[in-house]
Amino acid sequence: MKIVAICGAGVGTSGILKVNAERALARLDIEAEVTAADLASVAVAAADAQVILTSPEFVDRLGKTNADVIVVQNYFDLDELSAKLEAALG
Amino acid sequence: MLALPDAAILLGRTAADWRGAVLLAGEALQAAGFVQQSYGARMVGMVEEFGAYIVIAPGLALAHARPGPDVLAPGMSVVTLAEPVVFGHPYNDPVSVVLGLAVITADEHVAGIAELANVFNDPAALGRLGAARSAADVRAVFEAPGVL
Repeated sequence: MKIVAICGAGVGTSGILKVNAERALARLDIEAEVTAADLASVAVAAADAQVILTSPEFVDRLGKTNADVIVVQNYFDLDELSAKLEAALG
Repeated sequence: MLALPDAAILLGRTAADWRGAVLLAGEALQAAGFVQQSYGARMVGMVEEFGAYIVIAPGLALAHARPGPDVLAPGMSVVTLAEPVVFGHPYNDPVSVVLGLAVITADEHVAGIAELANVFNDPAALGRLGAARSAADVRAVFEAPGVL
């Protein structure tokens, strides 16, 4: 299972998303590899990913993907992240 | 924890709009010696290019740009706004606290970012920052027991 967190620069917000996604996955007892990447490298980074995590601004910019796209509103709300990950992966 | 000296903390400031708020975060990073002046404009440029995605939680923006030659040292800044400003985010406006983030490489600061997540996973943290009256108050939010 591979999950990619996408943001504009790949250094700030996607890092927080990665950390909290890992926490949510641990809570759900789901094993997955979570990486952070920027929008420019999404095609490569997410080529074999099952799930892309990102913010509302990036949904239309992701391009074609076979991955499930999860749109996160509050990056610090583990309940939101857990519920959305469980819905996508469960 | 990323470095957060007194010079990088601006409390109760006024910004005309989101650009002004992001530039304040850049000024604070510059005052602390983390970045050169151009970095603030590059943080604004990220929002111009990608939208208000840096507003990652209700009331909180994480301003940052890519690593570059204008980043002198890794660190962060904290700006609290007397009047919240609108960034144009679909869910999380208006913003009352702006964090500025400067990193040298993307991978090097995963630990610092993880600690930021620890701090703000506590829903009370943002309110405590907004109410901070001194740099010590701000630092206490980031150094709360159980965070580090």
